[in-house]
Amino acid sequence: MSGQDFTAEGGHGAVPLEGVPAAKAGHGSEREWPLYEVFVRGKRGLNHVHVGSLHAADDEMALRHARDVYTRRNEGVSVWVVQARHVAASSPDEKDPMFAPSGDKVYRHPTFYSIPDDVPHM
Amino acid sequence: MSHLTPDPNESAGSAYDGLLEHHEVAGDSSQWAFGTDFEDPLAGVDTTVPADVDPAALAVYCLMLGDDALVMSHRLSEWCSRAPDLEEDIALANTALDLLGQARLLLARAAAADPGVVPALPEGSPVPAEDALAFFREAGDFRNVRLAEVPNGDFAHTVVRLLLFSSVRLALFEQLASSSDPVLSAIAVKGVKELAYHRDYAGRWFLTLAQGTDESRHRLEEALRDLWPLYPELLTTHPVEQVVSEAGVGVAPDSVASAVEVVLEQVLAVSEVDRPQGQPLAGVRGRTGRDGLHSEALSRMLAEMQVVARAHPTGRW
Amino acid sequence: MTTSDTATDAQLSALETRFEDTIARSERIEPRDWMPEGYRKTLVRQIAQHAHSEIIGMQPEGNWITRAPSLRRKAILLAKVQDEAGHGLYLYSAAETLGVSRGELTEMLIEGRQKYSSIFNYPTLSYADVGTIGWLVDGAAICNQVPLCRTSYGPYGRAMIRVCKEESFHQRQGYELLMTMMQGTDEQRAMVQESVDRFWWPALMMFGPPDEDSPNTAQSMAWGIKRNTNDDLRQRFVDMSVPQAEALGVTFPDPDLKWNAERGHHDFGEPDWEEFMQVVKGNGPCNAQRIAHRRAAHEDGAWVREAALAFADRQREAARA
Repeated sequence: MSGQDFTAEGGHGAVPLEGVPAAKAGHGSEREWPLYEVFVRGKRGLNHVHVGSLHAADDEMALRHARDVYTRRNEGVSVWVVQARHVAASSPDEKDPMFAPSGDKVYRHPTFYSIPDDVPHM
Repeated sequence: MSHLTPDPNESAGSAYDGLLEHHEVAGDSSQWAFGTDFEDPLAGVDTTVPADVDPAALAVYCLMLGDDALVMSHRLSEWCSRAPDLEEDIALANTALDLLGQARLLLARAAAADPGVVPALPEGSPVPAEDALAFFREAGDFRNVRLAEVPNGDFAHTVVRLLLFSSVRLALFEQLASSSDPVLSAIAVKGVKELAYHRDYAGRWFLTLAQGTDESRHRLEEALRDLWPLYPELLTTHPVEQVVSEAGVGVAPDSVASAVEVVLEQVLAVSEVDRPQGQPLAGVRGRTGRDGLHSEALSRMLAEMQVVARAHPTGRW
Repeated sequence: MTTSDTATDAQLSALETRFEDTIARSERIEPRDWMPEGYRKTLVRQIAQHAHSEIIGMQPEGNWITRAPSLRRKAILLAKVQDEAGHGLYLYSAAETLGVSRGELTEMLIEGRQKYSSIFNYPTLSYADVGTIGWLVDGAAICNQVPLCRTSYGPYGRAMIRVCKEESFHQRQGYELLMTMMQGTDEQRAMVQESVDRFWWPALMMFGPPDEDSPNTAQSMAWGIKRNTNDDLRQRFVDMSVPQAEALGVTFPDPDLKWNAERGHHDFGEPDWEEFMQVVKGNGPCNAQRIAHRRAAHEDGAWVREAALAFADRQREAARA
């Protein structure tokens, strides 16, 4: 067993992580449904809040998926969806753009990127 | 779900207790748009059978609607972990859960209206009536239409089946909402919202597959050809349906046929798919699903569905 | 994450310092923050295996949906397995903030290059297994998952809060099923005990090998990705489960299991790590079956996913014309 690390966290228990790839060369073989960000208004009078992401082929499917995935426990009276690539974002921590060479990379998409309501100009 | 049985987590404290009230971790709970409790669709509804209704006919009618939902739900649940993507897996499970919920209410109503429809179980068996009906009847006692029971095919097959099934059921439930039986009325009011979504889901996928790729269009047309002969059975009025319809309790399917046709013609037209020419699937001496005359697939399906329950007729689950 | 070629060593070390300060203050790292490449890769591997475990984990319980012995149990089980699809979806989304797509991860899973929890390579052989998985397997998962709500990576922690909130009924439904069955017939009680006997040791193995055999744990803990050691979590699980078993009226198949007043914890026997390694290596009872099932679903669905994209393209063109 030595030399092989296991994580006990990550939900359902020990899984060896050593030697496991973290990305696929050339990425996936299939063109995927685009990623959408989902915002739900939990109750009348509240803001829409970001609840997560999903994949869908178009806006209409994204709305249906959002209903199925994020409101199946009666959550929400209103749902917004927007393609992740259409979300413009900035981070107050990024002082120098030189150190943000990945602004156009997928992994910077703002999934789960919640901004407190009291931050101005966001 | 029920929490009637004592749970040591209650006293010892579940590992989750307080987690989401912990502000540092979860913040303001409105930030998460979590759900609320579900409502009992029969809360406050008078469940006594109206005096002017034939309880036996009402019970059989409830079995028809309940069995349609139960069997269709079973076929949809077979998709679980096999759908084209995670989002569709969740969507199909939602639909299966909606129909399962309808089935439970309708089977319970059948048993309340006429306890004679419930199979006899050993003395002292704790099995509730809805489960006695679901798990201890033979295929010949099921009253569902045959469309609901045929084995799953590919995703196009499920889309077509769900479109035909939910279009008819929605039209029926819209009328059933004004049933003189307050229980059936309440079940229909709840069901209309669910079925409208099922029909929308199926209709949208029907269009998508029709206008997607050559392969998806081909598969869709094949599924439509296969299932079309089973569709007329949904709009044929059985004598029991005639009786309950005349009593103002139920709805005769032929009375909603034209409304259903308008919807299907619209879906076909926008999808640019021709209406199939297939003839209705024959019965045996006129008997079809509503009479308990089924395809070979139903008894096989029930063998699987009922196996555990039947091995433990006095079991508690 | 790659840094710009123009970043000097000094600038890089400033970034590292800021990253480490953020961790030290127990604040969250967010997707747009600079992070060491090792941190990002470790996270991708961990979130991916967690997501895969949710998705593969649908199968052992899903195996009983069509045979659930009551309509109420059928609804509960279907809703539970559906939740697992949702949890997989949330977690894949968290991984996507790190630059790897769900499609890529799925392909790595079905090619056997990324792993999932070994517990799902054990078969479910009776309806009692639905209860035992809820009680012991989800119980073990709770020990693992609750600390993850405070993990250093924001999207992972937020996904875990939603997962934990939704999972709060999973363990309960399992325990309640077993409790109800124990009040049933002798055959049902025997079914529960047999199931517990079969799942106890695999559940203990869910926490991984003893700490001395997990060399990289220290780095993960320093980064705040992992927050407790394997042995800590296993001990917590045993201590939590023993009184639950007593209340239920079942025993665990371990003659060495007993309370140690001096330690304030239960002593217990050693799981069969050789079996564990065999299952991890792919020789478990269901490894091949689980992957084949997932592969079939993915491949059978390809034409549907493609059709939806083609339809969306067509709609967009029509809108433009």
